[in-house]
Amino acid sequence: MIPASFDYVRPASLEEAVAALDGAGEEAKVLSGGQSLLPLLRMRLSYPSVLVDVGRLEELRGIRDEGGHLAIGAAATHDEVVRSPLVNAECPLVALATATVADPAVRHRGTFGGSLAHADPAGDLPAVAVALDMEFVIRSSSGERIVAARDFFVDYLETALAPGEIITEIRVPKLGDGWGFHYEKFHRTAQAWATVGVAAAVRVSTQGGRHIEEARVGLTNMGSTPVRATEVEAAVRGAELNGQAGTNGSGGGGSVNGHPRSQEGAAPGNGNGAGSAPHGGPGPRGALRQASELAAEGTSPPTDLHGGPGYRRHLARVLTYRALGTAARSALGG
Amino acid sequence: MTEEIDAGMVARRIAEDGDLSEPAPGRNEVGAARRRKEDARLVTGRTRWTDNIQLPGMLYVAFVRSPMAHARVTRVDTSAARAMPGVVAALSGADLAGEQGSLPCAWPVTEDIVLPDHPPMAVEEVRYAGEAVACVIATDRYKAADALEAVEVDYEPLPAVLDMVKALEEGSPKVHEAGNRSYVWKFGTGDVDAAFRDAPVVIERTYVQQRLIPSAMEPRAVVAETDGDFFTLHSSTQIPHILRIMLAQVTGIPEHKLRVVAPDVGGGFGSKLQVTAEEVILLLLARRLGKPVKWTESRSEGNLTVHHGRDQIQRLALAADADGRLRGLRVDLLADMGAYLMLVTPGIPILGAFMYNGIYKMDAYDFTCTGVFTTKMPTDAYRGAGRPEATFAIERLMDELADELSLDPVDLRRRNWIGHEEFPYTTVANLTYDSGNYEAATDRALAVFGYDKLRAEQADRRERGEPVQLGIGVSTYTEMCGLAPSRVLGSLSYGAGGWEHASVRMLPTGKVEVVTGTSPHGQGHETAWSQIVADALSVPFDDVSVIHGDTSSSHKGMDTYGSRSLVVGGIAVVQACDKVKEKARHIAAHMLEASPDDVEFAGGTFRVRGTDAAKTIQEVALAAFAAHDLPPGVEASLDSEATFDPENFSYPHGTHLCAVEVDTETGATRIREYVAVDDVGNVVNPMIVEGQVHGGIAQGVAQALFEEAVYDAEGNLLTTTMADYLLPSAADLPEFTTDRTETPATSNPLGVKGVGEAGTIASTPAVVNAIVDALRPFGVKDVPMPCTPERVWRAVHGGGS
Repeated sequence: MIPASFDYVRPASLEEAVAALDGAGEEAKVLSGGQSLLPLLRMRLSYPSVLVDVGRLEELRGIRDEGGHLAIGAAATHDEVVRSPLVNAECPLVALATATVADPAVRHRGTFGGSLAHADPAGDLPAVAVALDMEFVIRSSSGERIVAARDFFVDYLETALAPGEIITEIRVPKLGDGWGFHYEKFHRTAQAWATVGVAAAVRVSTQGGRHIEEARVGLTNMGSTPVRATEVEAAVRGAELNGQAGTNGSGGGGSVNGHPRSQEGAAPGNGNGAGSAPHGGPGPRGALRQASELAAEGTSPPTDLHGGPGYRRHLARVLTYRALGTAARSALGG
Repeated sequence: MTEEIDAGMVARRIAEDGDLSEPAPGRNEVGAARRRKEDARLVTGRTRWTDNIQLPGMLYVAFVRSPMAHARVTRVDTSAARAMPGVVAALSGADLAGEQGSLPCAWPVTEDIVLPDHPPMAVEEVRYAGEAVACVIATDRYKAADALEAVEVDYEPLPAVLDMVKALEEGSPKVHEAGNRSYVWKFGTGDVDAAFRDAPVVIERTYVQQRLIPSAMEPRAVVAETDGDFFTLHSSTQIPHILRIMLAQVTGIPEHKLRVVAPDVGGGFGSKLQVTAEEVILLLLARRLGKPVKWTESRSEGNLTVHHGRDQIQRLALAADADGRLRGLRVDLLADMGAYLMLVTPGIPILGAFMYNGIYKMDAYDFTCTGVFTTKMPTDAYRGAGRPEATFAIERLMDELADELSLDPVDLRRRNWIGHEEFPYTTVANLTYDSGNYEAATDRALAVFGYDKLRAEQADRRERGEPVQLGIGVSTYTEMCGLAPSRVLGSLSYGAGGWEHASVRMLPTGKVEVVTGTSPHGQGHETAWSQIVADALSVPFDDVSVIHGDTSSSHKGMDTYGSRSLVVGGIAVVQACDKVKEKARHIAAHMLEASPDDVEFAGGTFRVRGTDAAKTIQEVALAAFAAHDLPPGVEASLDSEATFDPENFSYPHGTHLCAVEVDTETGATRIREYVAVDDVGNVVNPMIVEGQVHGGIAQGVAQALFEEAVYDAEGNLLTTTMADYLLPSAADLPEFTTDRTETPATSNPLGVKGVGEAGTIASTPAVVNAIVDALRPFGVKDVPMPCTPERVWRAVHGGGS
């Protein structure tokens, strides 16, 4: 697998990089860790005229605490993000999701900004970006602009980045106290992309019975862009918790998408055990499950060898339920 | 005789402590878990992989490959490519039509088989996506890759033929003019109609062995060179000896003017048991251009054009009595040949024909295989070659029968298997199993696995209706190894024999060179053969080196496949050593002025019985070299050679048990426990055996859960990258618990049976049986392979359908 020929420049500063991009026109590509771009080149799915390698620019690295948000350098590697005390303390969902990206070798070379700029809806970070309302700081020869995550992802592998523009940092808002987080990734092998992934952040109140006050849900690989599951977020607000919700496949309640779990004969009964509320019925776990049933609303998941759209919609519902439950438990400190 | 050992634990301890690698003083080398002497150079890459070879003036070849499954090639224009920088030549199939011949098939299984012409580069018609239509030769591989895009090819599309059942229907588009049915091969014993007539239970099932892509770590690579008269071909091949003969026949280069070298080869799994289009074409290019040429495939190119494996539809019927005793078995196979018959394509399903009865006794058996042409990459040998398919079929059927009769699947097997006291036993498929002890292996596996406890947990999870259910899969397998008695191969219309050759020479300084006709590509022959020779000649392990893979130094052999190397090639080594010892004994007797009958050999020394008069074998070797005073009729130098042709196959067996957790809400599966108790006879090196079993299980699990070559409705391969063709890594596999029983083979002096394919053969049905077992309460009777989460979820969702 040999790429078509291209020019290569390695600017010494961000300023030089912007100048190089400015002069190179529409066919230039920014090379950072190369973990997404190089496979495209090698398969001759991309024919850039010039690669502007920003991977060694110190200006684009590092993770800073800016008070209300963290600023993650676009060329910080995944591994740096995963190991960052700041990220783990202030924005743990970012660390949780980044730790699931590919494998250790890729995480040591691949970069946070590069992965987001690649805008693969099957990548793990875009869903987190929309769930957390991250902001992208973008530089070009005409100056700097800031684009919200919801406006950044335009289509499959397509972003709001114009020719000549480069991401310099990503701002991750701090959510404050009372939140719990989880990234639920469903994939067939350890190195495979997510068939579906769910990024969940849940704020739980213990005032007047434990309940969910606010939730953020982002979906991986459920459309041509990352999806914010706003209907789930609205429906789950106020849901009461009994501490057992959404356990990974062991305490989950309800039937599986119409599966006759309680049919006569030898079929295993309802996952809640005797006496619990069936799917959709009243009761606290029903509320969480019911909200999760909305996860696939408005999505248009892809078909590939790992699953069709119907299966992905089903997975989105199950995984959202699990992710919300795990995030809620984590908010409660358990 | 059955000895029990905790093999896994021993191997782990050896791996952690290098000193343990050596046998204890006074103990034999055979049986010691020697670390492999070839590994340092293999894992550091300080060796000659084919792609590492650089020769002066070398040119690089790249292939233009068909983007269509089936089309007439109406025009190939290489002129623009020839004008590209660095391009030396660009040739179409038509340009080579006069000299390229047809790729060989050495196994025409029936007299009336349809055996189509198979040009290495397509001339008039392409019949699978990826078939070579032109090649570009340039001064470096980058220029060659760029020039590919300048070759213009016009195709006139023809209908793709993708579905085997439809391909056999009247009016189906044809892959070849002679039709889509290549052959029908039948075999049977006993009165199968009687066995099924009035049978209280008949289990009928159809299973699909999905198409697989062998994924050796080292991609294929070929280097060809010539001095104008003599040709050398380096190839990442399993079969340098067979390849040399075949290339001579295809190209017309005289066999004595052609040397084939398999340098160190990084895995094959059957995929390098082939005579490939690229090997033929590179040889022709070296002849035409007079320069050395190299080609190394990319992984995507490999997924398209390495011969594929399996791809069979198995229509099965098993008749039994009400108590579970087996009466008879009917097997009706459709085997996808792909677009052409390659080296042993038609014979692969036939290798399974004798194994569908497994370890069981029954009255009658009927087997039919129809070879079908489709517009896909040809299939051929892939680890296990016929036996995994057979074992899957019978082991899945046994679980289905147990379910039908509400019997424990282990109990059902006990009622039917050959008792250890019944060996040698001639099966319903006319093979004579020489030895085995299925009771011992199974009892050990059940104990290590904790079968009863896991069954109790399964019942508990069912009772409580947990979303994650537990299933237990049983696989009690045997296989035929040690390909093969030449007379048997002859009776099956195979083009060659199954013997193996070795020569052993003790050098003047007492060191030993072993030349073997086997061609290791990861198996560790250098270590295992050294252990055998060290014991046979009483020389240090480190004093032995093994030469292989080069037809100019290893002048005859049948190469490595079918778990044959130790069982056939290793025995040739033993026999050559015996001859060396006998020659040395005569020389020693002469040196000691004694009768050979009075000289005994022990501990590396020839001694006149009852005296102190002695000569070491090294002293004898030096004397044999000097040849100053040899006994009459004895030739100089201490060496000999032997060729071994086995009388029978060998029959490893074992019991694999697998516990799988199935998440009924998502369809995700997780192997929680995997216990393999294998009986591969006596063991030369437990660590090598352990490695073979681990890798084998991984490969079999991969068929059960992950791998599938998928073509779309137009015949394009969708799984051209590792992102789409899923191979499991260590992260996706459980800890395997391995153990052994040792029931020596009676058919060879080492008592060995072969281990290269056992894990792959046993594990696939163990995993699928476990998944189906977990889901039986949902009415599930099968999940097609690979058992992807979506398929598992749909099986739960759709019940038995």
